This record gives sequence, C-alpha cells and structure tokens, in this order.
Amino acid sequence: MSRLIQVRMGELKISGSPDFLGCTGLGSCFGLILYDAKKKMGGLAHIILPEAGRNGNSPDKLGKYADTAIPKLIEDLCQGGAKPNRLWAKITGGAHMFSFDTDNDIGRIGERNTEKVREILKEKKISFKGIDCGGEIRPYN
Amino acid sequence: MSDLISRLTPFQIDALREVGNIGAGNSATALAQFLKREIKMEVPAARVLSLEEIPEIMGGEERLVGCVLLRMVGEAPGKIVYLVDEQSMYRLLTLALGYEPEDISGEMEQSAIQEIANILSGSFLNSINKMTGFNCVQSLPSFVLDVAGAVLGSIAAHEGQFGDRALFLETSFYEGDNKIFSKFFLVPEPGSLEKILEAIGAESDEQADPGPNG
Repeated sequence: MSRLIQVRMGELKISGSPDFLGCTGLGSCFGLILYDAKKKMGGLAHIILPEAGRNGNSPDKLGKYADTAIPKLIEDLCQGGAKPNRLWAKITGGAHMFSFDTDNDIGRIGERNTEKVREILKEKKISFKGIDCGGEIRPYN
Repeated sequence: MSDLISRLTPFQIDALREVGNIGAGNSATALAQFLKREIKMEVPAARVLSLEEIPEIMGGEERLVGCVLLRMVGEAPGKIVYLVDEQSMYRLLTLALGYEPEDISGEMEQSAIQEIANILSGSFLNSINKMTGFNCVQSLPSFVLDVAGAVLGSIAAHEGQFGDRALFLETSFYEGDNKIFSKFFLVPEPGSLEKILEAIGAESDEQADPGPNG
C-alpha cells in the first residue's frame, strides 16, 4: 500500500517507493523535489523563505529556508542510501501573489526563493529535470 | 525586534484586542450601511501565530478563498487582510451587486470584493488613528483568488521576514444566519506593535486601562 505523505509549510520529508510525497497550496512558497531514480527514493521540502538568520529568524526548523533545507534534504537522502551524484531536482512555486509586491525586496519573496534555490542547486551540482516557477496566480481566468 | 511578540503580556494582549474591538465595531457598522443588512461580528481575538499556523486560519489549506490585501502605511506599517471563502463570496456579492454573480473571478466581482475590504479597513484605520493619534493610511487593495494555503502561505512568508511569529488581530463578520463567513485581520509589523502599545498607554504592565493617547 502506498501512502500520500503531506509536507506542510516549513517541513521536509524523505520517502521511498511506493509512497508519495506532496504539498498543496504553494503560493510564493517553494516545493523542491530531490530524487534518486536508482534507489527509488526522494525528498520534498516546502520552503518558505530564501535564507535563515535574517531579521531575527531562528533556524530552528531547517525546512523553512532554502539555504538550510537543501543541505538537510541531501543529507537525509544520503543517510537513507541515496547517492548525491544520482540526485536530480524538480522545483515549483515562487509565485508572485499580490500585485503591489514588486516595489521592494520584501514583496519579491517568490522570485527571491526561486533565485536562491537555483543558486544552491547549482552549487551542489544537482541537475534539473523540471522547473515551473514564478508567475502570477490566475486560477479562473 | 521580533522578540516583543513573544514577550507580550496578557495585559498587552488585552489592550490590543480592545484596539481590534473598537476598530472592528466601526468596520461592522460601515459594512452594514453599505450592504443595508445587519452585520454581526465575533468578539475580536489577538493571536500570536507561528508561521506554520498561518495557512490554517481559514479552516483548511485547500479551501478556495478570496483574499484582499492592503498595506497600512504611516507611523505603524502593517498589513490588512480580508478573507472570504468561496460560498460566502457569492452571497456577499449578491448583496453588494444586487444580483447573483455567475462566477467570482470577473472584474466587476473582484472590484466589489475589494471595495468591501476597502470600507472595512478604512473604518478600522480611522478608529485606530483616533485611538493612537497616528495618521496611518491604506494602500490600494490587491485581490487574489486561490486556495487558502497558497494565499496565507505567502502572507506567512511576508511575515517570516520579520521573525518567526506574527500577531494577528482577528475579527469574523457574519450576515444573517451565518450565511457570510469572512475574516478580517490586522497584522502590524513588530516595530509598529511597539508604537501602538505606547500610543495606547500599554507599553508596560503598570499602566491602567488603555485610553486615547495613553
């Protein structure tokens, strides 16, 4: 029996075949999937912000920030038997939710999340299998 | 700065709730006049929420909600958030427009919801300004229709840039037999919280009841 494991905001989880990992309602948050196809093992992080430790954020929950979530996800997968060089990534999220968001850094969270995630994955030499990021939400138009 | 939210005393929470109470009372009156209906409101709450709790405040991350976000600008910057679930949006629009809309994503419908949020937040801000002596104004509204998780997750991300927790002054508005369910939030930035508390004379526990300008 396969299970659907929900990954809530700020969480990261790993699992293997035949289970599913999923998160709903990403908005400007970020869904990062890392997968080792040979081991049939993957991890999902529901990232909220690009960096920990800014403006009094405590890095208590590693899944919350791109810069802490990605290394932790890789570490957990490798402990489970995955190989770092076999991992590939799919990323989604980072939407631009509110129309007056563009005028400052605070409003550009979606874009900043996307930039940071791409930068870290490049640093870790993990290739992309799929990217669907940014944009504005218009579900009914 | 964000520490203040964790250090709020029961007295200060009470004082903030009272600010919410007076503001929301004004808003309910204004909405009742606009819709020509009796509007009921719940006793407001002042809640300190961690980022992870924010997406749940509409009772489920996958519920479709309309959200109007306004920025509060001036001495005490923050956000004003008005949330309505899908069914309530139809009912609210029927009252506001005088006919039942076919769908809620049209320009006219979105504009009407924004106008309602405008009325609510305008009267709310007015009463805050009177209480504090501030001259805060609101930005133009921005409307989003999406699942609660996406809308509120993005608001949580905004707040997350100030700290791990945020203070929500919350009120629920009802019309008739609870047919319209909507929530109105004021989310002050941590720095603003300090200023509001000072202006209402609640910067420390020793003061008596909060009054106008302390």
